[in-house]
Order: sequence, then structure tokens, then C-alpha cells
Amino acid sequence: MRFIVNGQHVEAVFDLRTSLLDLLRDHLGLSGSKKGCNQGACGACTVLVDGERINACLALAVQYQDRAINTVEGLSEPGALHPLQSAFLEHDGFQCGYCTPGQLCSAIAMAAELSRGVPSAVTVDLAAETIALSHDELRERMSGNLCRCGAYNGIVEAITETFSPQKSAQEAA
Amino acid sequence: MSGQMEARQSAMLASMSDVPERWLTTSARDKHGTLGAPVTRMDGALKVGGRARFAAEVPLDGLTYAAVAFSTIAKGRIAALDTTAAESAPGVVLVMDYRNAPRLKLPPVMFSAPKAGAQSSLPVMQDEQIHWNGQPVAVVLAETQEQADHAVSLLRISYEAAPAVISFGAAQQNARTPEKILREPTSVAIGDAEAALAGAAFKIDLNYRTPRHNHNAIELHAATAVWQGDRLTLHDASQMVNMTSWTIAEMFGLKEAQVHVHSPYVGGGFGGKCLWTHQILTAAAARLAGRPVRLTLSREGVFRAVGGRTTTEQRVALGAKADGTLAALIHTGVAAMTTHNNCPEQFTFPARHLYAADTIKVTQQVADMNMIANTFMRGPGESVGTFALECALDELAEALQLDPIELRRRLEPEKDPTSGKAFSARHLVEAYQRGAARFGWEKRSAKPGARREGEWLLGMGVATATYPYYRQPGGAARIRLTADGRAFVQMASHEMGMGTATVQAQHAAARLGLPLDHVVFEYGDTDLPPGTLAGGSSQTASISVAIIAATQALTEELLRLAGNESPLAGLSADEVETSDGGLRAIAEPDRFESYASILGRAKRDDISAMAEAPPPSEVQTYSMHSYGVQFCEVKVNEVTGEVRVSRFLGSFDCGRILNAKTATSQFKGGIIMGLGLALMEDALFDERSGRIMNPSLAEYHVPVHMDVPEIEVMWTGIPDPKAPLGAHGIGEIGITGVGAAVANAVYNATGRRIRELPITLDKLL
Repeated sequence: MRFIVNGQHVEAVFDLRTSLLDLLRDHLGLSGSKKGCNQGACGACTVLVDGERINACLALAVQYQDRAINTVEGLSEPGALHPLQSAFLEHDGFQCGYCTPGQLCSAIAMAAELSRGVPSAVTVDLAAETIALSHDELRERMSGNLCRCGAYNGIVEAITETFSPQKSAQEAA
Repeated sequence: MSGQMEARQSAMLASMSDVPERWLTTSARDKHGTLGAPVTRMDGALKVGGRARFAAEVPLDGLTYAAVAFSTIAKGRIAALDTTAAESAPGVVLVMDYRNAPRLKLPPVMFSAPKAGAQSSLPVMQDEQIHWNGQPVAVVLAETQEQADHAVSLLRISYEAAPAVISFGAAQQNARTPEKILREPTSVAIGDAEAALAGAAFKIDLNYRTPRHNHNAIELHAATAVWQGDRLTLHDASQMVNMTSWTIAEMFGLKEAQVHVHSPYVGGGFGGKCLWTHQILTAAAARLAGRPVRLTLSREGVFRAVGGRTTTEQRVALGAKADGTLAALIHTGVAAMTTHNNCPEQFTFPARHLYAADTIKVTQQVADMNMIANTFMRGPGESVGTFALECALDELAEALQLDPIELRRRLEPEKDPTSGKAFSARHLVEAYQRGAARFGWEKRSAKPGARREGEWLLGMGVATATYPYYRQPGGAARIRLTADGRAFVQMASHEMGMGTATVQAQHAAARLGLPLDHVVFEYGDTDLPPGTLAGGSSQTASISVAIIAATQALTEELLRLAGNESPLAGLSADEVETSDGGLRAIAEPDRFESYASILGRAKRDDISAMAEAPPPSEVQTYSMHSYGVQFCEVKVNEVTGEVRVSRFLGSFDCGRILNAKTATSQFKGGIIMGLGLALMEDALFDERSGRIMNPSLAEYHVPVHMDVPEIEVMWTGIPDPKAPLGAHGIGEIGITGVGAAVANAVYNATGRRIRELPITLDKLL
């Protein structure tokens, strides 16, 4: 079976019961995507498929052949960092680092959802073409990514700075 | 150890009325000091890049994957265990149960020996006896995780159940008083507190209940074991690598040096990543199979095979005089425990040290149940003990018609109320003043239910936070200096996200007079000099003292190597200081030689020295604690009972803060876990079966992004003159006091006192 992971074409032979998460971690050696519950409850396994976020632990790998799968390892070139990764460092948006890959992937897809006008439970104007990154929108949309160390404030600051730099500057002023 | 060092150490210990000056400072002339600065964590780039390899991520050839079967009864015996179908399933390598598991000695339970680390003394898969619902009864190894998970479902196991104690109420009928609570006396009595309470002008006498909690670190517990002959390598997620090594060695009849434990990254610990059965079973299965084994517990498996915080019932009674001082302070209660562990949940500890009272009575009991051994979880004792004590103080303040902060000011003791020792440092009143001003405490209405925004009622609450200063005995550090002026500082300690590796690199750089990027702190591996466990918020102090001792030893080695041609010739270690990448005479600052020059002249590539940390005598002399104040504002929906925390401020007094960035995260992380304790966390124990009913992150609720407001933290930053670097550990104090601050705010909003955690909306309807 063929997969496109972080822009690379890879082939793998595996048990059809294998989740996308186990394919990445155990067969392709991409252990950046994490397993925190294997039940879709913690978000640590979040990866991007065609730019949208999914819980890789709840996805059967066979369903994702020939689709563009992006993991934390693919967010930046080796030796470089995605602006969101740098912002996580600057704002200490993690402690143990285990939920971090999921938070990063989730936030990147969330920003795209906002720009596409995909509403959330706290969106007031459901017909808006794009949605602003408010504190509540961000926290609501990121609530599927648990952080037991409690780095939530730093994560929110890092995401805000990266995807809404204007707002971040206003708050700092 | 050199004779000179020995003499100095004994002199130091003999005059331990005070601590050595070098504990408090680094180099007086140091230009590279970053201690206190918001330095970004050094392992950060690896973690945000997904390149930090955790215990279940080590690549190995020939690896087998394990799945575990758990008992479904709380007490009794395995009557039949049919492995035939499982063994013949595709990919299965073997099935291990009590009949074929390697013979192991009983696990040395924590506190039974200095390096004993087992969380339970029960035999591990050695017989058919069942002691709790969730006990591992079989391990299936297969070529893939999918094959193992399927095969474990094919095991046919039947049990003969025996009567089990699985009701906390029933267990309390036979509650016992342990000999000690950790290292402290179980009971303390000063005067006749019950009589003083009866005669007090104002009194409250209340009961509080707290439920079971699970650490729920996001990384699942996992171990990977490889045997090479009689040597075991265990890749573990561990907050106690040396204790794990020693304990497993004892069980397998090996020497400690034969068990190599490697744990460079830990995906959250909070007390939960100690030594449980899964690591032992991983090692046993790997030995039986003759192949490497990886065992990752499922999330349900974590609830079933790793203990959490136990449930408590507590009584707090306070008798006050008209001036608001205490005539009586009583804190008693009982916690569920087992006969095979030693974790009594020390909830009476805060009442021993926080407030002045004419009479004091504290004592606590344990009630033995058939359950997974309970264990230490962030702020064990203090987190739930401050819930009861600090809620009771809020109720007393109301009875006295005093502001809760003013009441605490009047109760401020001059010395430790129960031990009589002097405080090493205590600036709690100042933390209250600074926090109150910052939070806008004066806006709080003394009358409950007085503030409203639409259907939301607003309230403010406050509570004291406290956690002891601990430094673990043992541990040693080695410093290796290279000719190009770099230092490698080594100690088998732990980085679970606290910032330990970063802070100790900052410390060592300042102490050696080197730039931060020239210093690496190496940890998490038993091949390094022995560390102490990451528990009791003690690691920072424990490591710091070992590095101080190693620096002293290194200085002596350098002077010896420098010889007579050095500008430093003839000077002793006490006459020089580290500075600018070398040694400098204290009295004659022009006499200086760089490390590179010393090594170069001696034609050496490197030099290293190792020293043990002296015993923690400072705690014998002083009452040493961290303090803080938790300020909370809540909104409570009058219609639904929903509680939202709208503002939170923690004002701490924990000595000198060593890294403003990682410390802020530690404080906030503790507070957020405290919000979980206050409002949602509850591992529901089924008293019919002894089984946890909500063993998943979908049903055991932890705080999520939407539950957490922007939290503010501040600190006095006043160094403790009796602690290394003037600093206290800060990993646990953040969770203490939060439950009470939230409950007191809920009362201020609604007029409803909730004395049983968590404060879920049903309790407010």
C-alpha cells in the first residue's frame, strides 16, 4: 500500500487492522505523533490529512492511501522550525512535550478552519466568510487537545502570536 | 573522597546550625549567570519537532509487543486460565501467566529500603491469588500490537471470588492508625483541643470528602525491555530510575549494575511514573521470550494497573476567640489504602505548620481496601488537606465576620506551631498582601450572592497554598570539563517537563563561570552517577547540592593539575573561585588561569570530578516550607449550576525562582490540575465490583483549553537562606489550595458550601 507522508511516497505492508497512528509510529518510524489514549479523547495523535486535522488513532491506515498525510516531523525542514514551533518555545507552550505534536498540528488546521469560515460552538455569526481568532474561539476549537501539564496559557499565546499577530501585539501594548 | 574533603564535610555537618555560604551563591564575579532569567527549555526544539524519543519509541530489531489481561474480580483466585486459543492465534510468541512467569522475589515496597521503589509489595504474577480488580493476570506477546491485542481477547479465565473489602464505608469500620505518616508522627497533640473547642466563643466542626484521582499523564505508561545475558536494559518512563534499577535487580536476583534503566523523556509524571507491575512484567516476559518486549498500557490499563490518589474523609474543627485567634485547631480523618503499600495521603500535614493555635490535634487513619495500591499524586496530602482546612477557615472567617485574609494574618505563627522549630523563610503575609492588591480582592463582597451578570453569579475566594521543602538523601554529580571549555554535568535525575535539565544547566554554568551554551546537563540514565527520585518537589535542591559538592571536588582536582607553574600555585580550593571559564584567587583577582590553560599545560583533553551530596541536615534544624496564596473568581450559572473560573492568580513564596519561564509553567500547571481537582476529576470506584467505572479520558474529565482562563502568577522571590541556591522546589505547591479557593469562590457567588469534591453542577442545583 502506498502513502504520501510529509511529501514522501512510502510503501508499507501491514495488518489491515492497523490504525494510521500505529502505521506512522510502528511501521514508518515516525514517532512524533503520540498515543495518549488510542480512543480519540486526548488529541495527542492529531495529524493533517489533505490539510484537515484528524485523530490518527481512530483512523484505519488503509483508508488513507494516496492522501497527503502531514505529521509534526513534516512541519519544518530539518534544522528549521515552523513559526508556530518557535512560538511554542518562546511562550513555553509545553512542559513534558508529549501532547505538543498534536497541539501543533491541531492549531495549524484550526487556523485554516477559521479562514474558511467553519463555525464552532461559540461562533456568533454562522454565516461569516471568515472567523476572527478570539480567545474563546481558540480555546473552544483547541479543547480536543488535552495537556495534562497545564501549558494551556502558553499554547494559547503561541497560537495567537502565530495566527493573529495583530491581536497579540494589541494585547501586549 | 580526599582527606581534605572529608574533613571539610564533617566540619560542615558538625556545625549544621547553618548552611555553607557556597550553597546560596554561585560565583561572585560570574558574568554568565542566567539563574532567574526566563531561559527557554533546552530540550524544547526536540519536543516541538517530534524528535524526542519516549519509552515506547525506541527502535529495536526483533521487538515483540505485549498486551495485558486484567483480573475482573477484586479478591479471590484464578480458577482456570485457558491460553490455548490465544497461543494459536496468528503472530503470538507466547502467553505468560503465573504458571510460566520467571520466579521473582517479592517487590521491595517504597520506604522499606533506601532504594526500594515498588508501589506495592504484592507478588507479581507468581501465584493464582487476586488482590484487586485490575491485577494483571496474563501477558500476551506477539509480532505486532494488533495481534497481541486480539490474542488477549481469546484468553479464557475464570475466577473463584472471595469476599472483598470494596466499600470505603465498610473499610472504615476497621480503620487503623499507621505508625508513621511518611517520616512524621501520625498524631500530634498540643493541649486538649477537644475541650478548647467545646469552650470556644466561635466554632465550626465540619466534614469534607475528596474522591480518587488519576494522574493521567498524556503519555501512556510504557516500557521496552532488552536482555543481553544477565543484563537488562529497560527503556522506561520513570521518575525514579535508580530505585527502579535496584528494585528490579532485587526481584530478579541480580546486582543493581546489571539493570540499566534509561528514561531521557517522560511524558508527564505527577507521581504516577514510578515502578508498577508493567515494567516488571515487561522484563519478565522479555526474559521468558528471549526477545525484546514493548509493553504500552492502554488508557484503561493505566487506571487498572497504576494507582492514583486515594479518597479521603476529613474533619476540621476550629475554635476561635473573639479576637480571631484560634483556641483549637483539629484536623483528623481517614484515607483508603491497602495492606500492601505505604501511602497514607498525608492530608493533615498543612495543619501542622500553617497556623498558630492554643491547642492542636491532628491525626489520621487508613482504611484498608482491596484495590490497586494508591500512590502519590501531585501535592499528595497537601492538595486535598488544604481543601478541607482552607474551606474551614473561610467558614470560620464568616462566623467571625472577618475578611478571610485578615483572619489568616491574625493566625500567622512566629515559629512552627507543632515542631517549635524556627522557619527557614516564611513570607506568607507578604504573599497575601501582594496578591490581594494585584487581584483586586477589595472588590469582593463579604455577602454571598451579591454580584451578578445576567444569569451568572460572581464570587471570589482565597486559600493558602503550602508544600514542604524536601531534599532527598543520597545522589552524586559528576562534572567533566573539556579542554575547549565545555562542561558535561551528570546525574541520573529526571526531566518530566519541570525544566530540571535547563535549570541545572543554568546553575552549573553560573557555578563554573561558563556560558550557558557550553554546559550540558545529562540525566535520565542509571549509567550516570546516582540521582534521587523526582518526587516531593525535591529534585532541584537534591541536584543543586550534588553539583555544588562536585564543583568543589573539581576545583581541588584542577588546582592539583595546575601545579607550580600556574598563577594559582599554592592556593587551596577555599581560596579560589570559578570565574570567566577558569579559577581566580579570591583575595588577588589578578591571579587567574582558565580551565583550558590548566588542561592544556597538563596535556589533558578533559578532567572530571564526582562528589556525593551531603545529607539533608537543614530540614532537621528548620521548619522548611513553601507558601502561596490562591485567588479565584468564578461565575456560577444560576440556571444550570455550571461553574466557570473567570480569573485566577497565584501569589507564591518559594524562595528564589531559578527560571522565570519554566517556573511560571510549573505554577500554572499545578493550578490547572487544581482546577480539575476542584471541578471535575473523580475516578469513580464501583463499590459492587471494586473496578474504576470511568477509565478513559472521555469520562474522567481533566481541564481542557476552554476550562482554563488566563492565569496570573507572581512570587516574592525572597531567597530561603537555608536552602541550596535559596530556592525551593515548586512542582507541587501550585495544586495546593486551589480546591479551597474555588470552593470558597463558589460560596461567595452562590451562598452554597460544597464540602465534597468535585464541585459538579448537580451539587449546585
